[in-house]
Amino acid sequence: MGLTMTDDAPSPVSEAVLQQLALSHDEYRRAREQLGRDPTPVELGMIGALWSEHCGYKHSKPLFRAFPTEGPRVLTALGAENAGAVDIGDGWVVVMKIESHNHPSAIEPYQGAATGVGGIVRDIFAMGARPIAILDSLRFGPLTDAHNRQLFSGVVAGVGGYGNCLGIPNVGGETIFGPGYGGNPLVNAMCVGIARREELVSATAQGAGNVLLLVGADTGRDGLHGATFASVELDERSRERRPAVQVGNPFMEKLLLEACLELVREHPDWFVGLQDLGAAGLTSSSVECADRGGVGVAIDVARVPRRESGMTPYDVMLSESQERMLVIVKRDHVADVRRLFARWELETAEVGEVTDDGVARVRDGDHEVAAVSVSLLMDPPLYEPEGWPDPKTIALASFDPATLPDVADSSAALLTLLASPNIADKRWVTRQYDHQVLTNTVIVPGSDAGVLRIKGSRRALALCTDGSGRAVMLDPRAGAARSVAEAARNVACTGAVPTAVTDCLNFGNPERPEVYYQLSQAVLGIAEACRALGTPVVSGNVSLYNESSGTAVTPTPVIGMLGVIEDVNQIVPMGFQEDGDAIVLLGGSADQPAATLGGSEYLAVLHGTEAGPVAVDLEAEAALVQFLVGTATLGLLRSAHDCSDGGLAVALAESAIAGDVGAECAEVLLGDRRDAALYGEAGARAVVTVLPESLADLEALAARHGVPSTSLGTVGGPRLRLGHGGVDVPLAAAAEAYRNGLERALGV
Amino acid sequence: MRFAVLVFPGTWSDRDCQYVLRDRLGHQADLVWHRQTDLDGYDAVVVPGGFSYGDYLRCGAIARFAPVMAAVRRHAQAGRPVIGSCNGLQILCEAGLLPGALLRNDSLQFRCQPQHVRVERQDTGFTSACREQQALLLPISHGQGNYSADDETLALLEKEGRVLFRYCDAAGRVTPESNPNGSRNNIAGVMNAAGTVMGMMPHPERASEALLGGEDGLLIWRSMIDRWG
Repeated sequence: MGLTMTDDAPSPVSEAVLQQLALSHDEYRRAREQLGRDPTPVELGMIGALWSEHCGYKHSKPLFRAFPTEGPRVLTALGAENAGAVDIGDGWVVVMKIESHNHPSAIEPYQGAATGVGGIVRDIFAMGARPIAILDSLRFGPLTDAHNRQLFSGVVAGVGGYGNCLGIPNVGGETIFGPGYGGNPLVNAMCVGIARREELVSATAQGAGNVLLLVGADTGRDGLHGATFASVELDERSRERRPAVQVGNPFMEKLLLEACLELVREHPDWFVGLQDLGAAGLTSSSVECADRGGVGVAIDVARVPRRESGMTPYDVMLSESQERMLVIVKRDHVADVRRLFARWELETAEVGEVTDDGVARVRDGDHEVAAVSVSLLMDPPLYEPEGWPDPKTIALASFDPATLPDVADSSAALLTLLASPNIADKRWVTRQYDHQVLTNTVIVPGSDAGVLRIKGSRRALALCTDGSGRAVMLDPRAGAARSVAEAARNVACTGAVPTAVTDCLNFGNPERPEVYYQLSQAVLGIAEACRALGTPVVSGNVSLYNESSGTAVTPTPVIGMLGVIEDVNQIVPMGFQEDGDAIVLLGGSADQPAATLGGSEYLAVLHGTEAGPVAVDLEAEAALVQFLVGTATLGLLRSAHDCSDGGLAVALAESAIAGDVGAECAEVLLGDRRDAALYGEAGARAVVTVLPESLADLEALAARHGVPSTSLGTVGGPRLRLGHGGVDVPLAAAAEAYRNGLERALGV
Repeated sequence: MRFAVLVFPGTWSDRDCQYVLRDRLGHQADLVWHRQTDLDGYDAVVVPGGFSYGDYLRCGAIARFAPVMAAVRRHAQAGRPVIGSCNGLQILCEAGLLPGALLRNDSLQFRCQPQHVRVERQDTGFTSACREQQALLLPISHGQGNYSADDETLALLEKEGRVLFRYCDAAGRVTPESNPNGSRNNIAGVMNAAGTVMGMMPHPERASEALLGGEDGLLIWRSMIDRWG
C-alpha cells in the first residue's frame, strides 16, 4: 500500500514509513531539526525522494571530487545540468549522458528497459539538443537459466521498442552475461545529442512570477517511489513493487521531443528553463530547477492533470509517470507556448510559479501541504563510510593462472570462445534495434565503436560503452581504469580522439564495507584513467543497492566514451580489407606471461574460473591511443581492432570475420604459454593492418613514438592461422561459431 | 522537381527523405504537416517511415484518416506519383491506395538489417534507372513488414506485374531464407494498376550515400525524377 497518510498524521513516523522512503532515523531527525518542526507527509515524501541515493547521491557525491571534470571543450559542470555538454568545434556541441534502469528492469524487463531509454532521451532534449544516438549496456545472469533468458529478451525488446518508435538509432553498447548478475540485470542506456552551441538551454527556474508549465502525459500513480525503489535492495518481495515500474509511451515522447526542440530552436525568448520529469517526478524537477536558479517554487497539485481519481498531493508530487516535461515559461508567453504544444497535440497545465523566497511550496487548492526550503531538500546528508576489501576477493585476485595446464587444442579453444555469449556476434540483439534512422550511421553496431557523421560538418563522432565487471570485482581500481582505457582504445581504433566520458556506477549496497570499498576504489581508477587519457567526466549516474537475495551484483562501472573524428573520410573500419595487407600487433608482442589470463574470458569459459590478477598500464594506453589516432589521420591504417576480451586470437578472428577474409600469421612465436599468447588480455594492444608497402613506415613511426609493434603476418586465404602450434581453423568455421553462438546459447 | 514529404505525428524518416531529395539530389522537398489539406503544386508525394500515431492500433490505421490523406488520394487519382516506404507502405495499404496488408514479422521481432531486393520490372516510373532483375541492397527496419494479401489479389498482382521488388539473396535468388519477415511471394514492394503509386518496406533514403554503406536507393529516386521531374 502506498503512503496515503492524512495531513495530520502523528509523529514520530513509523519504521514502516521510513523504510518506504528509504530514510534512516538519523536522516529523519536531521530533516526535523532543520525544519524546526515535524515534516508534513508530503514534505517527508519530498525529502525522502531527494535524499535518496538515486537523487541525492549521498554515498557517491563525496567520491566524485576525484574525477577530472573540466577541460577546454567541457561546457557544463558535473551534475549541474541534465547531461554533460562538450564543444566539438565549429559551433557544434555534443550532449551526453548514461543512466541506469536496473531495478525496474528486474521486475518488468520490457517496460523497465523501455522507460530507461525514455528517461535518458528526455535528459538530452531537455538541454536543447536533438538526440542522435542511443547505446545500451546490458548485463544478465547466465543464459542457462530460464529467468535470465526471459529478462534478456524482454529488456532487448524494450530498448528496441522505445528507441525504434522514437526514431533514434541505437549505435552500440554491450551485452554481457555473468553469474554475478543473476536476478539483478543491469540496464544502462546512454543517449547522445547534438546542438548548435547557442541553442543549449538550462534546466533552471528564474524570474518570480514566471510559470511552471507541465507538458505531456497525465499524472498517475505509476512509478510512485521509483527513486526510493532504486535505492533499496531487491528481495523476494520486489515483485510486489511492480507498481513502482512505469509504463512507457514512446509516441508521446516523440511528440514531446519535436515540440520541445521547436520551442528551443524557434522561440528561445519564450521560456527560461526546460527540465524533464524523471525520478521523483514533479518534486525533483521543480526543486532542481529552483535550486539552479536560486529561487523558490509554488506548485498547486490541484492543477495537475490526473490519470486517475483519488490521488493525494503526496501521490501527485512523487508520481513518476513518464513522458512529462516541465517548462519554466515567461509570464507573457504562456499562451504562445501552450499553443505550440497544442499543435503537437500535447496537453499543458500551469501548475505553479517561480517565487523569490527560496522555498518549495506545495498547495492543494487553498490548502498548503508543504513548505520546505530548496536548500534543505537539495542538501542531503553525505556519507563516507569505511570500506575494506572482501578477503574472498583478495584470494581470487591472487590466483596464479600459471598453475593451470596450458591449452591443449588452441583451435578448439578459439571456436569455443568465439561461440561463447560474451564474445559471439550480438546480431540477435542489434537487429532488433534501428541503427540507421536519421541517416548518420557510418559504422553500425558490431565494431569497436559506432560512428556517426554530422550533417553540415566534416567531423564524425565515435561512441561506445565499456565495463568489465569481472576485472572490477577482482581489482576495483585497476579494473575500472581498464574499462576507461578499453573505451578510449575502442573509439581510437576508428580514428577518433577520446574526448569525454559519461559513467554509470552499478554497485551493491554501499552500507556494506566491501561494496563501499569497490565503489570508492573504482571511482579512483576511473579518475586516474580519465586523467591519463585526457577525457573529463562530464555526466553520469549512480545505481547502488543492486543486490538480490542478499548478494551484491558484480561491481560494474560502465564507461560511455565520446570520440571525435576530425575528418569523416578517415574513419578506420574493424574488418580486414584486402589480401596481402600486413597485420601488425601494436602495443606489445604475442608472447605474454600467464598472469595476463587473470580475469580473462578464456579462464571463465574454458576453466570456469573468474580469478587472477588484473593490471593496467595507463601510460602505455595513452601512447597507444595517440598512436592509433595519429596513424589513422595519416591515412595509414586499413583496419584497426582493439585487443581485449578473448585476447589476440579473438581480435584477429573478429577482424577476419568482419572482412570475410582469412589471416596467415603462422610464424608468430607464442612463447612459454600458448594460452596467454592467444587468449591473454594484456591491455594497451590493438591489431591493425596496413598496405604491405606501408609496413616499414608504420614500424618506424611506432618505434619513434615508443609504441611496441610486432608484425604478425598477412591478410588472405581461407583459414585463420596464428602462431607456431597455435590456431589453425577454416575462416568459415570461426565465422559460424561467432555468428551463431548467441542464438545457440539462447536455444532459438 | 517538387516533393511533398508527409509528416504525421510519430513519423521519423521525413528528414532523411528530405535530406536525400533536397541536399543530395538538389530538388525541392517540403515537409508537409498531416493537417494540411491540399498538395497542389507538388509533383510527387513521399509517405515516409516511422510510427505514425505510435502505431498503437494497426500500423497506418489512424494515419489513413489524417486530413492530408484526402489530398494524397486526389493527387493519386490525378495520376501523379506517390511513393511510400516502411510505415508509408503500411499507410498506403490502410488507405486503400495499394492492395494488401502488413502483418507482424514471422520472427515476431523487429528487424533492422541490410537486405537485398530484386527489381522485378525495369519499365516503371520507380525502377527505370535499375537493371532488370538487379539485386539492390537496401536497409529494412520494421516489426510489421510481413506482406499479406488474399490468393485472388496476389494472383492479380503477379499477373499484372505489379510486384516491383522481392526479397532475395545477394545473387538475386528469391529464396525462403532471404525472406526477412514472412511476406507472401517474398514481396517487398508493390504498385497500383496505373503504375503511379508504389510502396515498399525497405528504406531507399538510407541507401543514398556511399559513406553510409550504399547508393542503390538513389536508383529509385532517380527513376522518379526521370519519369516525372
